[in-house]
Amino acid sequence: MSALVALRQWLAAWARHLRVGDGLVLAAALAFCVGSALSLWQGGRPDKAIIKAGGKVFAEVDLAVPRVVEVPGPLGSTRIEVQPGRARVAADPGPRQYCVRQGWLTSAGAVAICAPNQVSLALSGRNADYDSLNY
Amino acid sequence: MPIMTPSTIERPIIPTADDHRVARHAAAAIVLTVAEAAIPLPLPGVKPGLANIVTLVVLARWGWREAVWVALLRVFVGSLVLGQFLAPGFFLSLAGSLASLAVLGAAMHLPKRWFGPVSHSVLAAFAHIGGQLLIARLWLVPHDGVFYLVPVFALAATVFGLVNGLVAARLLEAELAPPPGGRA
Repeated sequence: MSALVALRQWLAAWARHLRVGDGLVLAAALAFCVGSALSLWQGGRPDKAIIKAGGKVFAEVDLAVPRVVEVPGPLGSTRIEVQPGRARVAADPGPRQYCVRQGWLTSAGAVAICAPNQVSLALSGRNADYDSLNY
Repeated sequence: MPIMTPSTIERPIIPTADDHRVARHAAAAIVLTVAEAAIPLPLPGVKPGLANIVTLVVLARWGWREAVWVALLRVFVGSLVLGQFLAPGFFLSLAGSLASLAVLGAAMHLPKRWFGPVSHSVLAAFAHIGGQLLIARLWLVPHDGVFYLVPVFALAATVFGLVNGLVAARLLEAELAPPPGGRA
């Protein structure tokens, strides 16, 4: 308990040197820290979904508006669902369903590949966080 | 005999009290720089900058010109002592110091009622990282990737700016109110 009081006194002795403007400057500095971290570290917010079928670009879909794209492949039709800021493979005729199980893709550079049906869905943005095809 | 203008060679250089004071403060700053170099730090560029406490005290007590002398002497001599003179770190340090001195020159005119050494310190620390990043971006790492570390540098500038400013404020208080029997 006395340690707590001592700590508080010690802090108060230092805080005595802070003036009103100093608080403002510190608040601005912290705001700059948070702001720069948010804007610089968010990276890879996707703005576009690139859908390929058989190696060729089938469609480039804007991620701003929700829609569903049906992509034809050798096994049947792959259904790709787009919502604001994210996209997923909703249904695929392939046997193992890897691309469907990947779920929603949310960051630029993320890719879902339905290899059996030769369909891929990739998100692209201004600055991609990572390249998910690089191992 | 013709009147001769005194030659600069013959004129003896007599250090004034001001020179002595600058030298004393610069020496203190250099000691702090060297001591700080012994502290292991996780990231290049993130340093407490303890020597800036001296700059802040000199700025508050003796004015901007003298603070410039002390800060630049510290940069040059500190880098010579550490074997960093003309190395990249020296130019980063010089750019940071020049930027923060420029900002201090403006910040010292803020109303004293509201803005104390802590404000000066935090603003100077931000100017310091600004100057360093500018040199780093233009010359050492010509890629926007250096700005990725801005939040880390900004946080360090805030924390160390606060700490250095508080220490400077306390030193100033102790200096301006000489204790009875103590030296002024």
